[in-house]
Amino acid sequence: MDWFDIGTIDDIPARGARCVTTPEGRIGVFRTADDQIFAIEDHCPHKGGPLSQGIVHGASVTCPLHNWVISLETGMAEGADSGTVRTIAVRLDGRRIAIGRESHLLAAE
Amino acid sequence: MTEKLVIVGNGMAPGRMLEHLLEAAPGHHDITIFNAESRVNYDRIMLSPVLSGEKSFEEIVIHGDGWYERHGIALWKGHRIIAIDRDARTVTSDHGVSERFDRLVIATGSVPFIIPVPGNDLPGVLTYRDLDDVNAMLLAAQARAKAVVIGGGLLGLEAAAGLNERGMDVTVLHVMPTLMERQLDPAAGHLLQAAIAARGIKVITKANTKAIIGNGKVEGVELADGTIIPASLVVMAVGIRPNVALAKEAGLTVNRGIVVDDRMVTSDPSILALGECAEVGGRVYGLVAPLYEMARVAAAGLAGDGSRAFVHSDTPTKLKVTGIDLYSVGDFADGDDREEIVLRDASAGVYKRVILQDNRVIGTVLFGETADGAWFNDLTRRKTDISEMRDTLIFGQSFQGGAKQDPLAAVAALPDDAEICGCNGVCKGKITGTITAKGLTSLDEVRAHTKASASCGSCTGLVEQLMKVTLGDAYNPAAVQPMCPCTHFGHDDVRRLIRAKGLKTIPAVMQVLEWKTSCGCAKCRPALNYYLVADWPDEYADDYQSRFVNERVHANIQKDGTYSVVPRMWGGMTSAKELRAIADVVDKFAIPAVKVTGGQRIDMLGIRKEDLPAVWADLGEAGFVSGHAYAKGLRTVKTCVGTDWCRFGTQDSTGLGIRIEKFMWGSWTPAKVKMAVSGCPRNCAEATCKDVGIICVDSGYEIHFAGAAGLDIKGTEVLGQVRSEDEAIEVIVALVQMYREQARYLERIYKWAKRVGVAEIRRQVLDDVERRARYFDAFVFSQRFAQVDPWSERVSGKDKHEFRPLELAGLGAVVES
Ligand code: SRM
Ligand SMILES: Cc1cc2nc3c(=O)[nH]c(=O)nc-3n(C[C@H](O)[C@H](O)[C@H](O)COP(=O)(O)OP(=O)(O)OC[C@H]3O[C@@H](n4cnc5c(N)ncnc54)[C@H](O)[C@@H]3O)c2cc1C
Ligand code: SF4
Ligand code: FES
Repeated sequence: MDWFDIGTIDDIPARGARCVTTPEGRIGVFRTADDQIFAIEDHCPHKGGPLSQGIVHGASVTCPLHNWVISLETGMAEGADSGTVRTIAVRLDGRRIAIGRESHLLAAE
Repeated sequence: MTEKLVIVGNGMAPGRMLEHLLEAAPGHHDITIFNAESRVNYDRIMLSPVLSGEKSFEEIVIHGDGWYERHGIALWKGHRIIAIDRDARTVTSDHGVSERFDRLVIATGSVPFIIPVPGNDLPGVLTYRDLDDVNAMLLAAQARAKAVVIGGGLLGLEAAAGLNERGMDVTVLHVMPTLMERQLDPAAGHLLQAAIAARGIKVITKANTKAIIGNGKVEGVELADGTIIPASLVVMAVGIRPNVALAKEAGLTVNRGIVVDDRMVTSDPSILALGECAEVGGRVYGLVAPLYEMARVAAAGLAGDGSRAFVHSDTPTKLKVTGIDLYSVGDFADGDDREEIVLRDASAGVYKRVILQDNRVIGTVLFGETADGAWFNDLTRRKTDISEMRDTLIFGQSFQGGAKQDPLAAVAALPDDAEICGCNGVCKGKITGTITAKGLTSLDEVRAHTKASASCGSCTGLVEQLMKVTLGDAYNPAAVQPMCPCTHFGHDDVRRLIRAKGLKTIPAVMQVLEWKTSCGCAKCRPALNYYLVADWPDEYADDYQSRFVNERVHANIQKDGTYSVVPRMWGGMTSAKELRAIADVVDKFAIPAVKVTGGQRIDMLGIRKEDLPAVWADLGEAGFVSGHAYAKGLRTVKTCVGTDWCRFGTQDSTGLGIRIEKFMWGSWTPAKVKMAVSGCPRNCAEATCKDVGIICVDSGYEIHFAGAAGLDIKGTEVLGQVRSEDEAIEVIVALVQMYREQARYLERIYKWAKRVGVAEIRRQVLDDVERRARYFDAFVFSQRFAQVDPWSERVSGKDKHEFRPLELAGLGAVVES
């Protein structure tokens, strides 16, 4: 796993998200009310909605397109819906955020 | 070493099993699936919403093609396995594909039971099991002819409701005296029958089908008593049988279903079975909850964890017919050793019955109001001794006191001067004092003596809670629909408590009203944010993270994640300069689509989020402000050309529309507000289907409201007539302010008016001049904080983070494709 710095926790509003573009696609990076950071693919398992634009509550996000609720921890849809989005490793060093990417993915570029 | 895992059948049970397995032991298996249906895994239980048109097939897919690809799973669609060779350990499909296995999972589901009567194979006779059945029904429904559904159980009724929804004339034939007799007692069965009949579906019980008649295709159904019911479609939904033929042929032990132990292993240790085809502990199942438990057990076993065993539990039944609430679980047969508690509210169509044995709940039947179903079931599961709460048990969880859950505590703690009834200005002390002084015991008496809850009724929940606080357990208020699962309070109570307790932030509301979640959900947060903006316009700091993305970025999100931008064109008027500016913006940002909207202005679609501030900057320079096409707020004021040009115009409708729009833009409202002004009763601006509309007449202005032309179509109600433009504006503003103060979030004016009553609204904003002035002033005050163009704010740098992605250091610049 390689780690890439993407900025600090203060760059993201609490109960909010920003996104990062990577060669494998867009990643949403989320900050919860209690300053946990999560990263998931920015692609709703339902119809590909940009999850980073949704409303963040607890450790979940509600997709802006049709209101599926996705767990930021597991990437799985909650409630009656089912589907999963890839979760991405993130690390907090102090206030700096780094996301982890598999080296072979980079090599495959 | 990877194990070769082959799965026969790709239904809901194995789909769930794979999810668990891939998580527990990723990469441990080389997986191949054969499925007789030629499609991916989908949510079979959602077929009814597809039939009724509430969902599309795409929306119910569980695992799309990409999922199988990602997990390296081979899925043979449209391949039915016709033989299992247990010695060679292979399976073979009807298209001749063979596959070797180390472990085999059989998940062939069920087959619908076809009643053995003449004519049951005629074209036009269908079952209800998979998407093909739904498609065939939809095709038949196009003819809008007559349909007969045989079977008044869960599937039959869902099919009937769906076909009815699609415009067919439907008759349900049920052989037993009451519907869903396996899940409902006769009382609930009758209520259900009435609710079904109320939708225009005919129900015939004790109907014994003798034959299906027709010449080359279905023409009708003949009953044992000789009645003939004409139909061009017959759906048989009389039951299912575990699909065991394949397993039986392979020599596995088969009883009603394929016999498995509590680890889902069949009589052959290398073969598992799960889902509706499996029989475990002598039982077969037909609802997904136990099948999902089987999936968990099977996945654990395949992953090498033998500690997980299947345990039986009762699954509640619910009917997925919009508007019919029923819930049933457990054992509800009568018996000498049993007692029951029953509550009926005939006028509300509510029936609740809880069956007790040794002071423990063993069965629950709820009709009409099912919110407490899960709680009752939980009591059953935990075998809770209910003697303590026996007297109030039937009223449900919220009446059992207990610390956290109790909304009464909050009401009890209100000061005596807290206003409870806004319409009649009645405070808490007056209500509790009158109850005690006059010995009142019913809501109607309280209404008569205090006027509280006697007008719009939105404070009824609070008044009832006050009665309960004052009278104790002797009084049990009717349940209020909570805002969302995060709270026990309904919208009206929350609104009133926000004011009564002076709550001014979302965390304060959640703390004081004892929210059950840490930071709410996507339903309650936007509602609370609106209530606080509306109630404390000068003090409340708008919480953007509690707004839906459209209101956060002031543009409408599109299905591909781009945005659309709609600038205001006051009253639908524009100019060469404005049009030129729009044309320039479209060219400069290569905006892919430009459209004239139904609201008399122009929509630019397909703009990248990052470009929004620059687009707004250019539009702003040309004098445009946001059209709030995204907002729960004032949208458009459509006008016609009026006296300026039209030979019939009686007043300056264009001018008035522009005045209203300029006065009211920027205000947040519970749901969107659309207006129109027409210059004469010919009504070219379509004012009579708007939230607020004005029809100009010779003698003045006729004010209309509570119209709709979206999901519902409804002509407006006439509020009244006024003489001058100024008066018209005052009345409209007061009306909107009353709506802002009282309505529930997302409730359009027409729905609110239906609840509150047109007469009450007329009384408050037209007849009561003082009150009208108070509403008007409150609106004007709040506009001081609301009338800020959000676009120019963002152009000057507010919320910069919204429009720029983070950067990935160490990878060089990454170009978004
Ligand atoms: C652009 C436009 C269609 C058009 O090309 O003409 C439109 C587009 C949308 N409408 Fe509409 N409606 C448009 C006029 C209307 C009208 C006609 C009118 O206003 O005279 C109606 C019926 C009148 C009414 O509201 O009663 C209308 C009834 C709806 C509804 C149903 C609302 C309801 O309560 O029944 C929705 C859904 C909702 O709001 O939840 C909706 C929702 C939408 C949304 C916002 C869907 C969404 O949530 O993303 C669409 C946004 C597309 C976009 O990004 O621009 N739109 N929509 C019209 C914009 C008018 C404007 O200038 O602001
Ligand atoms: C319209 C409808 C509404 C329902 N509503 C509810 C509800 O509200 N709540 C609830 O809990 N349950 C509901 N159910 C029941 C629920 O859908 C089933 O219990 C569940 O789908 C069974 O899952 P399964 O995996 O055992 O079988 P299935 O989902 O039926 O899957 C079996 C699959 O195996 C395939 N197959 C069969 N034989 C072979 C073979 N020889 N080779 C290859 N493939 C084969 C079939 O084509 C089928 O795709 C409903 C069912 C229907 C039809
Ligand atoms: S009718 Fe309105 S909501 Fe529906 S697709 Fe058209 S623009 Fe979208
Ligand atoms: S795309 Fe996310 S809910 Fe539909």
